[in-house]
Amino acid sequence: MKKMKMTKTAKNNFVTYFIVLIAYILVQILLKSGHMSSLMEGLLVPLCIYVMLAVSLNLTVGILGELSLGHAGFMCVGAFSGAFFSKCMDGAMPDGIRFFIALLIGAAVAGVFGIVIGIPVLRLKGDYLAIVTLAFGEIIKNLVNVLYIGKDNNGFHFSMKDSISLHLGEEGQVIVNGAQGITGTPHDASFTAGVLLIFISLFIILNLINSRDGRAIMSIRDNRIAAESTGINITKYKLMAFSISAAIAGVAGVLYAHNLSTLTALPKNFGYNMSIMILVFVVLGGIGNIRGSIISAVILTLLPELLRGLSDYRMLIYAIVLIAMMLFNWSPKAIEWKDKLKEKYFSKIPFRKEKEVK
Amino acid sequence: MSLLEVKNLTISFGGLRAVDDFNIDIKRGQLYGLIGPNGAGKTTVFNLLTGVYKPDEGIIKLEDKDITGLKTIDINKAGIARTFQNIRLFKDLTVLDNVKVGLHNHYRYSTIEGIFRLPKYYKVEKAMDERAMELLKVFELDGEADYLASNLPYGKQRKLEIARALATEPRLLLLDEPAAGMNPNETGELMDTIRFVRDKFDMTILLIEHDMKLVSGICEALTVLNFGRILAQGQTSTVLNDPQVITAYLGE
Repeated sequence: MKKMKMTKTAKNNFVTYFIVLIAYILVQILLKSGHMSSLMEGLLVPLCIYVMLAVSLNLTVGILGELSLGHAGFMCVGAFSGAFFSKCMDGAMPDGIRFFIALLIGAAVAGVFGIVIGIPVLRLKGDYLAIVTLAFGEIIKNLVNVLYIGKDNNGFHFSMKDSISLHLGEEGQVIVNGAQGITGTPHDASFTAGVLLIFISLFIILNLINSRDGRAIMSIRDNRIAAESTGINITKYKLMAFSISAAIAGVAGVLYAHNLSTLTALPKNFGYNMSIMILVFVVLGGIGNIRGSIISAVILTLLPELLRGLSDYRMLIYAIVLIAMMLFNWSPKAIEWKDKLKEKYFSKIPFRKEKEVK
Repeated sequence: MSLLEVKNLTISFGGLRAVDDFNIDIKRGQLYGLIGPNGAGKTTVFNLLTGVYKPDEGIIKLEDKDITGLKTIDINKAGIARTFQNIRLFKDLTVLDNVKVGLHNHYRYSTIEGIFRLPKYYKVEKAMDERAMELLKVFELDGEADYLASNLPYGKQRKLEIARALATEPRLLLLDEPAAGMNPNETGELMDTIRFVRDKFDMTILLIEHDMKLVSGICEALTVLNFGRILAQGQTSTVLNDPQVITAYLGE
């Protein structure tokens, strides 16, 4: 009995990893054989970023069951802290190591923000939590836009006014220049690095879900009062899920920052539109369904680009696809049909059989 | 020796004294019933005992340790587990996982060990699975271990809630209307289960119930509440024959 259950989740996770791997190999083949347009090539790293954001938001929305609309805020925090580090350390250490440390810093800073924001915010529920996280995302974006940091021989200088009030020395250098952001971030991001990070995020999230901590998190989602009287520390596990989710969004942000030469906090990339778009990925892929998040993030990112030729009809078709995906994922009839299909075609796979034998 | 000792427990909501001067003394291993008409304050007593509400006055002692005003989670750790009048299962978790959440504080490994699947993870998870299956077997739920909790029939959901409460290894088990919505057959079965739990786990049980057949069948002592006050208290047979109690239930 017990063995069967373990093989079932293990199989599910395996399929998820496998899909990512196959997609990676396919893209590599296309790249090597020169069948990929430069437009598509440019989309590869953003794809990885969106997948990571969707997967991490699903931890908050699907597994913890709290609606967060400030996910882009954590991405923004990660992006700026990672880019700041890379800019400071440019040339001081090998590229690979610097990028790796930048990723760690992005994750750590976003994770700490997750905890700091989470302590007051996670006392709220439902709509209220959504509103406050939405505000947080906007505040972060606006704060970054008035932040000036420079470096000279005397160390770092901070200002919230303008770059002149930093009072830098002769050889001083402005690193974060307010609304102009950070320019000249080394271009360390690559598709391979992105896929690797997706694997690491998946590994962390899937293993977390199927562990003691994950069960505690999901028990809070299913019934907070019962979880509390069963001895689950609500605050601890809410914060754990929220900060891990924020940390992975931070890593996605670092990847984003190292894919561009100029990093600025605009409504387009770190505003609430972005947060909502990530939420759309999660909802359409299925709340709590990690694999679904990956697939819907990929489809919904590629779709507008693929439909570029249709010009005006592009957003119309995009909307229709949104509706179709929602029906496919959520309507009872469609779920029934999918289950039937699964029974028919996948019942012959050996470890599936073990389940039926019991 | 008394396991649970409650003195002068009082709470008001606005002008309403929902529970007024409530006293109870439950001996170890006792099957104790808390009855009373609707709105008498029975569930409020449970919520006070489990820290959902903080009492305005009064002392709650579990095994001579003062647990008054502790948080729900700490009261659970101190040894009180409960079920709910309206079933509160983790409905999107499997039956097995529901019980494993109950085992949470007794089987430990760190988050790192969980994420990186270190040997301790497998060892502890295996021990948890075994313990959870043992508990499920007691309630004849082992065949459904893999089902989602929400897919269980009603009677089995009630049983699963008791199993989950027992998984937290309490010394006192509070059951809030365990027979609500059950037919006479299921109620009979439930009575056997409750007795069995008491004997097998050496448990002390306090239960709220409206089903008089169940109350008179298994409870050794009773407290009757009416309008938040104690109406009668003592041996089951004596209490149930008390004219005041009969009036409260049936009217004049």
